[in-house]
Amino acid sequence: MDDIVKEFLVESNENLDQMDRNFVELEKDPTNKELLSAIFRTIHTIKGTCGFLGFGKLESVAHVGESLLSKLRDGSLTLNPDFTTILLTMVDAVRQMLSSIESSGAEGDVDYSLLVENLNKAQRGEPLNLSDSAKPEAKPEVKPEVKVTPQESAPEVKAEVKPEIKPEVIEAKVEVKTEIVPEVPPPVVKMEEVKIEVPKAPEKPAEPVKAPEPVKAAEPVKAAEPVKTPEPAKASGPAPTPSPSPSRGEAKAGSSVADTAIRVDVGLLDKLMNLVGELVLARNQILQFTAKQEDSTFVAASQRLNLITSELQEGVMKTRMQPIGNIWSKFPRVVRDLATICKKKIRLQMEGQETELDKTIIEAIKDPLTHLVRNSVDHGIEMPEERAAKGKSEEGVILLRAYHEGGQVNIEISDNGGGISPEKVKQKALQKGLITAEDAARMSDRLLVNLIFLPGFSTAEKVSNISGRGVGMDVVKTNIEKIGGMVDIQSNPGEGTTIKVKIPLTLAIIPALIVTSGGWKYAIPQASLLELVRVENEPGKKKIENIQGAPVYRLRGKLLPLVYLREQLGDFTKPNEENVNIVVLQADDRHFGLVVDEINDTQEIVVKPVGKQLKGVPTFAGATIMGDGHVALILDIMGIAQRANLVSELHDHAIQDMNSTQVKSSDVKSMLLFASRDNGRMAVNLSEVARLEKFDNKEIERAGDQEVIQYRGEIMSLIRVSSVIPERRRVPRDAEAIIKNVGDSIQVVVYSQNGKNVGIVIDKVLDIVETDEAIQESGSRKGIAGTVVIQERITEILDIPRAIDLYHQKIHLNKTEEPLAKEESYVS
Amino acid sequence: MSHEQLYSTFALGEHYFGVDVNKVQEIIRYQNMTPVPLAEHVIRGLINLRGQIVTAMDLRRRMEMDDLPEGKKSMNVVIRTDDGAISLLVDEIGDVISVDDQTFEECPETLKGVARDLIKGAYKLENKLLLILDTQKVCQLNTVQ
Repeated sequence: MDDIVKEFLVESNENLDQMDRNFVELEKDPTNKELLSAIFRTIHTIKGTCGFLGFGKLESVAHVGESLLSKLRDGSLTLNPDFTTILLTMVDAVRQMLSSIESSGAEGDVDYSLLVENLNKAQRGEPLNLSDSAKPEAKPEVKPEVKVTPQESAPEVKAEVKPEIKPEVIEAKVEVKTEIVPEVPPPVVKMEEVKIEVPKAPEKPAEPVKAPEPVKAAEPVKAAEPVKTPEPAKASGPAPTPSPSPSRGEAKAGSSVADTAIRVDVGLLDKLMNLVGELVLARNQILQFTAKQEDSTFVAASQRLNLITSELQEGVMKTRMQPIGNIWSKFPRVVRDLATICKKKIRLQMEGQETELDKTIIEAIKDPLTHLVRNSVDHGIEMPEERAAKGKSEEGVILLRAYHEGGQVNIEISDNGGGISPEKVKQKALQKGLITAEDAARMSDRLLVNLIFLPGFSTAEKVSNISGRGVGMDVVKTNIEKIGGMVDIQSNPGEGTTIKVKIPLTLAIIPALIVTSGGWKYAIPQASLLELVRVENEPGKKKIENIQGAPVYRLRGKLLPLVYLREQLGDFTKPNEENVNIVVLQADDRHFGLVVDEINDTQEIVVKPVGKQLKGVPTFAGATIMGDGHVALILDIMGIAQRANLVSELHDHAIQDMNSTQVKSSDVKSMLLFASRDNGRMAVNLSEVARLEKFDNKEIERAGDQEVIQYRGEIMSLIRVSSVIPERRRVPRDAEAIIKNVGDSIQVVVYSQNGKNVGIVIDKVLDIVETDEAIQESGSRKGIAGTVVIQERITEILDIPRAIDLYHQKIHLNKTEEPLAKEESYVS
Repeated sequence: MSHEQLYSTFALGEHYFGVDVNKVQEIIRYQNMTPVPLAEHVIRGLINLRGQIVTAMDLRRRMEMDDLPEGKKSMNVVIRTDDGAISLLVDEIGDVISVDDQTFEECPETLKGVARDLIKGAYKLENKLLLILDTQKVCQLNTVQ
């Protein structure tokens, strides 16, 4: 696509956003000439440019819109809601065509003739009929407001410019009120970009940004973005006649802010950010090294490196920051449209538009926020009559607030509507089977209200085209959690609802606490960290208590549930630690303590993505590289909390098992429990087992009468338990025949005897248990060392060396032509 | 008309494998790895490859072979995939060899288990077979639990 077209799209979309805002404001103050002029200019610019670029359809739609607007501006028509609606429809049509141009390069096949007709009707409906309304007669006017549409002008300088392409809007300093700057599409930029503001005195007159191109015969003077630096007041004046070849000398004026801001490709910023990330890592490495050095010059140099790196990191981070107002700017229009559809009266207030966030985060929260605002309009605010009946003002208010707090950005969406009834939510959740009645009875109102984030939940009585399909809120929650944020909802029935979204400032480099578990280091993002507690183990004083197997700690009189990181990482060996290190964390609303082996220090870490092979593990949010070059995993606190809850609820018995093992005596043995042929239970001492293996039946080979398998480069004989230990039922069965039907793989306990491996084939591993029960000697069966009660069942302990002997005896007998079926003879 | 193909070769147990040389980013010696608890058995850990984090997959485990005996250290064949680099842990590295297309044959029907999915076919070299891995399939773990 042509760069000119790209630029046109970028500019037009920005202008349209501004126009939406202007329209909403205009409704409140229908006679505001400045707003009307601003809107008019935007449409005019789009029309002019697309005429030049050859987008006839777009031009024709913009043209009729412009005609109507020009009458409104002249005062020959007064704005009414119908006009606003039809004009907004026109804006949408323009948008639609722009997006079609963006995706396919053409305007698309949508028919806009009805819209054109309506727009025409709108202007014909009035006595004053100015047929040449396409020719605007703009007066230069001074705009005092700070926020102004970035004015892009049509490149009217070309020879084939259509007659109605008009004088261009320019921006100049106040004192140069009617200076004319024919503009040309500004310097080529990519579609996705952010603006960078260079803090600089805005009063300086602008220099041409780029050398003039001969064909276009004009200077690419670019208007300043309405970002938040103070702008000089602007004078805008259309040229009286289109001038095909304006003299270049005139093109000197322009907004002075244009000079202090440049556009930069986001890709470049991302690259810079990555490089800074690498630099931070290198810095961490050097600092670690510095700690061991005594050379003061070196130490000083590395401290300086440290400072500069931090500043650079901060600076680069700032370039990626954008005010949240950028996404909020769409909301006035959204709210207005929805309110009109729902026939509600709603005022949208915004606070803290200037709060800045990383661009990637801004992108990520755009849709969730839109959804929340729509929800507030649709479900939050009541109908005007209802409000009046309740003694509220008919006009509902939705307040958007954004502010920084503790390294995070908080965004609140509150309405003064009906609020959410916990009772209603409860009924709905029960009805849909999302919670059980017992759960419901236990839940606080606050928890109940938060149920609306469950998938499949919707309290709306009917599904509207706005909301109520029950997919929204859980998607909002997942999307926000994906970027490390949290959502919370508070509602007072009758008074309104506040949804609070907490999100991190940036994703790329985060402060983190480094902890050790099982000898490996893990990083915990500091955003979820509340405090660190170290429990000294004093004799006679038990600080960690148990509630039904769930460990808790009394933190300032409140019970803090504890989660052992080791267990969460699948390591159930419990180190008998003297002291307990608790990292108090917050996940959602809940606080919990994560018990770690060791707390190291805090560090700025660079979040690096991990391969998709690890995406299935919810416990980790990513990985980072430590100062020593090792990779450390970043814990996903939300994931751990969810996992831990699941475990505590679903595996009660597992916890009980753990409890029972806590009363270990000194002679506790670990036993491998497996099923024997006749549904009995057998066990072997785990200390005798070298490995547990699974083999494919096809891998089994025969050497003479023995079954063997190739295992780790040697030949291992396989002994089937059922062939050496007779069945208890004493009815001899052809054990091997049964085995053939078992399946296509076998489980083997590898037993090491004098450096040689022997495989004991068992049918099914049941469990690994710990027991301190004494073994009862039993002489009734050969190959059985005794019996023991495990899990309330009598279990036979296999005597492996004896079983191997029996096997060899049997082989020997087979060799001497003894029939195999004579197993019975081994039983005494 | 025969085409010559280049393969980077390595040994895994007694088998001789090859991957398309264009897919290989680099070959490095044994690296320290950070294990990933709870990850699938075949994932041995994460490697710091000059600031890039690369997942190390044990090809022996992937092919359902026994682990390398204790004490023996595996080599890393880092291959490029659409989702970034991934390192395959193998026993030993061989040469980059050029083979004739005409000596290629698909896997026999009798091939069983994972090997059937992961091996595209074999080149019949003079004294041994060069098994060609389907790297895309190798890197694709069944995340369906």
